[in-house]
Amino acid sequence: MQTPAPFEYERATSVGHALALLERFGPEARLVAGGHSLLPMMKLRLADPEYLIDINDLTDLDYVRLAGDTIAIGAMTRHATLLASPVLAEHYPIFADAERVIADPVVRNRGTIGGSLCQGDPSEDLPAVASALSATLVIQGIDETRTVSARAFHTGPYETVVGPAEILTEVRIPIRPGAGSAYEKVERRAGDWGATAGGCFVVLAADGETVVDVGIGLTAVGAPHFCAEAAEAVLRGRPATAENLAAAAAAAAEVTNPQTDQRGPAEYKRHLAGELTRRALRRAVARARGQEA
Amino acid sequence: MQVTMTVNGDEVTREVEPRLLLVHFLRDHLGLTGTHWGCDTSNCGVCVVAMDGVPVKSCTVLAAMAAGREIRTVEGMEQDGRLDPVQEGFMREHGLQCGFCTPAMMITARALLDVNPDPTAQEIRQAICGTVCRCTGYENIVRAIRWAAEHSDQAAVPA
Repeated sequence: MQTPAPFEYERATSVGHALALLERFGPEARLVAGGHSLLPMMKLRLADPEYLIDINDLTDLDYVRLAGDTIAIGAMTRHATLLASPVLAEHYPIFADAERVIADPVVRNRGTIGGSLCQGDPSEDLPAVASALSATLVIQGIDETRTVSARAFHTGPYETVVGPAEILTEVRIPIRPGAGSAYEKVERRAGDWGATAGGCFVVLAADGETVVDVGIGLTAVGAPHFCAEAAEAVLRGRPATAENLAAAAAAAAEVTNPQTDQRGPAEYKRHLAGELTRRALRRAVARARGQEA
Repeated sequence: MQVTMTVNGDEVTREVEPRLLLVHFLRDHLGLTGTHWGCDTSNCGVCVVAMDGVPVKSCTVLAAMAAGREIRTVEGMEQDGRLDPVQEGFMREHGLQCGFCTPAMMITARALLDVNPDPTAQEIRQAICGTVCRCTGYENIVRAIRWAAEHSDQAAVPA
């Protein structure tokens, strides 16, 4: 029987209340949202918080909405909601691609985007999605609210820039008219963490060829900040030919630093990083051209 | 700490440790052993219960987190002495062999039918994919849920 070590439990009724509890309990306190990453780690004693602050009552942080030229996603938005969101389906199918292969529908009823980003597990899919899209993350503290790029959010495995008395409240994604996006993942069994995964968005010029803007994210292969900026530079300003997509994919594989583990040897994962980037780019380009749903 | 929640329509209050998992609360504190306890890691899905109408894996929810919520377990599917059409479907279509995954499958099916009364076989397979049937009896499970969809307005047989 797996049981977490003892802790004290508090339930926050508002963001302000959660922040006050975090300040009172100090760095030994952890927020719990869906709990589907944190509770398993607590059962294995890999995480051992003295205080657990349940933020599931903060339902005002559960939304996906258009805000001008931005999509705003509340940190407590569940995976199931992201998967079903018409707004995300219209502007960024990368979300549905990724969500469809995150665990299973019952787990997706609980897990949240904020929890996924803050857990910072190298194998979580949404950090790479946020990084690919250069999302802006809103972090609320007791005295101030600040914003951080998704590409500066994670400082290492399971580490983020969120301070002990701060809460990630919102994920903002700029709408890029005409963008195509996609996510590709290889998992050893259905619902597992990815052995490797990657996603991207592509904006093409009016000629339907030249890549005006591109973002590439990588999961579970040790890419710094879950992205592949060198690969983006290979493609930006060039035509979206099969050769150029392959060159960008090869550059993406170069930035990885995968570890050999039960999901495969490092060389295999590096190969996957390139191949999955190539597939994601190909599909994103097809979507940008309106050739694929 | 004290937790109060509604389980199968009845309000219950118990003194528990904050680290107590919902699955053990239901089984050990309330004696509702219809909810099964399997892998402990949110993989196998035999511990699925409905929380505020949504299927969740009760091995990965603290009893404390369920406080104030409405929990429905397999024991609460029967209404006024009559089986839920999902239960009847599992009976008629042989939707179970060893029965270990059955409560979770039925709770998941009920939640699916509540939002999608006429699901395709593919939609059913997608909905139940968070629970593993080690007997691999998926064909009959899908048939059982389809039976329930086709007999939703039929008066169920006495339990």
